[in-house]
Amino acid sequence: MERIKLTIDGNPVEVEAGTTILEAAQKIGVHIPTLCYHPELRLEGACRICVVEVEGMRNLVASCVYPVANNMVVKTNSEAVRRARRTIVELLIANHPQDCLVCSRHGECELQDLSRQLGIRKVRFSGEKRDLALDESSYSVVRDPNKCILCGRCVRVCAETQSVSAIGMANRGSDSIVTTPFNLGLAEGPCVGCGQCINVCPVAALREKDDTERVWEALQDSKTHVVVQVAPAVRAALGEEFGLRAGSLVTGKLVTALRKLGFDQVFDTQFAADLTIMEEGHEFISRLQKRENLPLITSCSPGWVSYCERFYPDMLPHVSTCKSPQQMFGALAKTYYAQKAGINPAHIFSVSIMPCTAKKTEAARAEMQASGYRDVDAVITTRELANMIREAGIDFANLSEGEFDLPMGMSTGAGTIFGITGGVMEAALRTVAEMLDGQELPEVEFQQVRGFAGVREATVRIAGQDVRVAIANGLAQANRLLERIKAGEAEYHFIEIMGCPGGCIGGGGQPLSKDPDIRMKRATALYRQDMLKKVRKSHENPAVQELYRSFLGEPNGEKAHQLLHTHYHARSRY
Amino acid sequence: MEDRKCTGCNCQQGQDPRFEELAKVIEEYRDMEGALIMVLHKAQDIFGYLPEDVQKFVAQGLNLPLSEVYGVTTFYSYFSLKPRGKYRIAVCLGTACYVRGAAEIVSAIEKHLNIKVNDTSSDGRFTLEVSRCIGACGLAPVMTVNEDVYGRLTPDKIPEILNRYE
Ligand code: SF4
Ligand code: SF4
Ligand code: SF4
Ligand code: FES
Repeated sequence: MERIKLTIDGNPVEVEAGTTILEAAQKIGVHIPTLCYHPELRLEGACRICVVEVEGMRNLVASCVYPVANNMVVKTNSEAVRRARRTIVELLIANHPQDCLVCSRHGECELQDLSRQLGIRKVRFSGEKRDLALDESSYSVVRDPNKCILCGRCVRVCAETQSVSAIGMANRGSDSIVTTPFNLGLAEGPCVGCGQCINVCPVAALREKDDTERVWEALQDSKTHVVVQVAPAVRAALGEEFGLRAGSLVTGKLVTALRKLGFDQVFDTQFAADLTIMEEGHEFISRLQKRENLPLITSCSPGWVSYCERFYPDMLPHVSTCKSPQQMFGALAKTYYAQKAGINPAHIFSVSIMPCTAKKTEAARAEMQASGYRDVDAVITTRELANMIREAGIDFANLSEGEFDLPMGMSTGAGTIFGITGGVMEAALRTVAEMLDGQELPEVEFQQVRGFAGVREATVRIAGQDVRVAIANGLAQANRLLERIKAGEAEYHFIEIMGCPGGCIGGGGQPLSKDPDIRMKRATALYRQDMLKKVRKSHENPAVQELYRSFLGEPNGEKAHQLLHTHYHARSRY
Repeated sequence: MEDRKCTGCNCQQGQDPRFEELAKVIEEYRDMEGALIMVLHKAQDIFGYLPEDVQKFVAQGLNLPLSEVYGVTTFYSYFSLKPRGKYRIAVCLGTACYVRGAAEIVSAIEKHLNIKVNDTSSDGRFTLEVSRCIGACGLAPVMTVNEDVYGRLTPDKIPEILNRYE
């Protein structure tokens, strides 16, 4: 690779040819503000907030797209640059509803940050504020086009990372907006509710549907028995909201916080994850033995399930009939738990804390009422839980360590790693291998399925046969994998697909983060938790064993089918 | 033609022979560069405008996201998402026309036809649009009705001019 030498703000820099000025500046710690730029997305060069002066060039250039050249002399902070930047930000502010005090992004907003960073104290322009309707059609994501600053990051993540393209730019000039086709709303299109667009939006134009009010109401009603389940990925990320280091594992504090908020029983989705492995493991073994409907594809990611229903309806017979852990838990909370605790299920309000916005839509699906009631009454994201903890005045960082309630709070290390791409596969292999081999695994960890590559594959030797597995994370990667299978270029027995990059730890309901290694840090926390667990295989979870003994009967048996399995529907994209 | 089968929407594709024509157009252009724009042009010729079900049909036929199709049809003013009238009125809003009262001409037409800019009158006769300078500044303010040009307009002349069109 050719090396290029240039000067940025008087400092010599040497980088590879093809590097942008922005990247070169980052390398030496010079911070250039950006807006439409996102490190994981295609370059657009549209907002021009990142302009710099290049000696010998008449116009300022957008540093996020402009490549370096030998002997280039760059100034990132000249008078002309500062003036241009300020103008852009002032124009954005002039057209923006400035209701920061009551805005969901207050304190976490890139427009606020820019304004503060550039020291903007007054706006020279008077802009036209738009008064467009909110899109509240989706159970997962709310769009507020009035707050949109047209950076296009959501459009790109939805198309490039997720291959969904539910939203796009429409109109031109000052009428430009980001919207759904014909303004029909997210629910009328192919949107899968993954929330990746929320995670990249610099402002409050995209946010999760806020369900905290319904949870507060239930908590405050003394006649309602409120149970809560927490997904694995939440404990590896919630700490970030309270100033703890990224990758901090806050399981114990999380339990204590939930008790303080007033939840009657604090349970763990990981219990249901172990249960999922029992059901899905048996389903896999049965399909493998009958050579029927292979590959089996996992079904715990509702973003993926929605995507499959809309984009790959012909693959639906391959998708496991197992409900996701959230919904298995919900069905049991109002049956098994209600019976055991002697509580009328009509008085139970079941809440789940999820790293995921698609879970809100999943819980609202008409078929998710196996208990005779809505199985999961409210789903709130990691971010929404953080808001509730803040509102309740709880000093999270200094909480003592609590323990989950029994029996549905007991879980294994296999349940823990469900939150990471490859984790469901690994958890399933731990159980399937032991069941088929009939002897204890010499090594619990399946390193060959770990990692963050978009698509990964491995061959695992089980009971004298080669089991070929594949893993995809992010829907564009799932798309890539499925296209290869359809073209006959690859064949597998078992596939894990998670809708979000990195799996649930990178879900659309997780704390916003600019840390490029954030997914890795959260994953490391969960792998550490797995190692710390005494029991690391789902089939050895004593509470799950007891559940089968006293309530469900056999895995994949009649009762299990009625409560824990579901079916899917091909859906129109529009 | 796997991906063009009916998805259960309530479009008219089943009954309307124009969709067959459009399907042929899509077939002809699908692998060419810039197919989308060319197909949309033809579609507008066939249907007169680009309603929702036509755009969905194009998206499905070319295997493109509807958001992309909608982005294109709303970007170019040539494409119309609403039915257009038999006569297209375009009032010039170039600088010369503007200073000579083009805005009042627009209001007069809006009032006379009881529509807003970019709408079509309920009898389907007129669509009102505004345009950039058409180069007839000497006659400002100016409007065109299909191919006919009218200059030195005043609001009171509007009813009489429009009444000439059946
Ligand atoms: S999006 Fe940001 S700038 Fe806009 S109102 Fe909210 S906090 Fe303020
Ligand atoms: S939630 Fe996911 S699918 Fe829906 S618009 Fe956002 S990124 Fe696209
Ligand atoms: S909704 Fe957010 S991410 Fe999308 S263009 Fe607007 S500001 Fe950017
Ligand atoms: S950040 Fe470079 S143009 Fe937007």
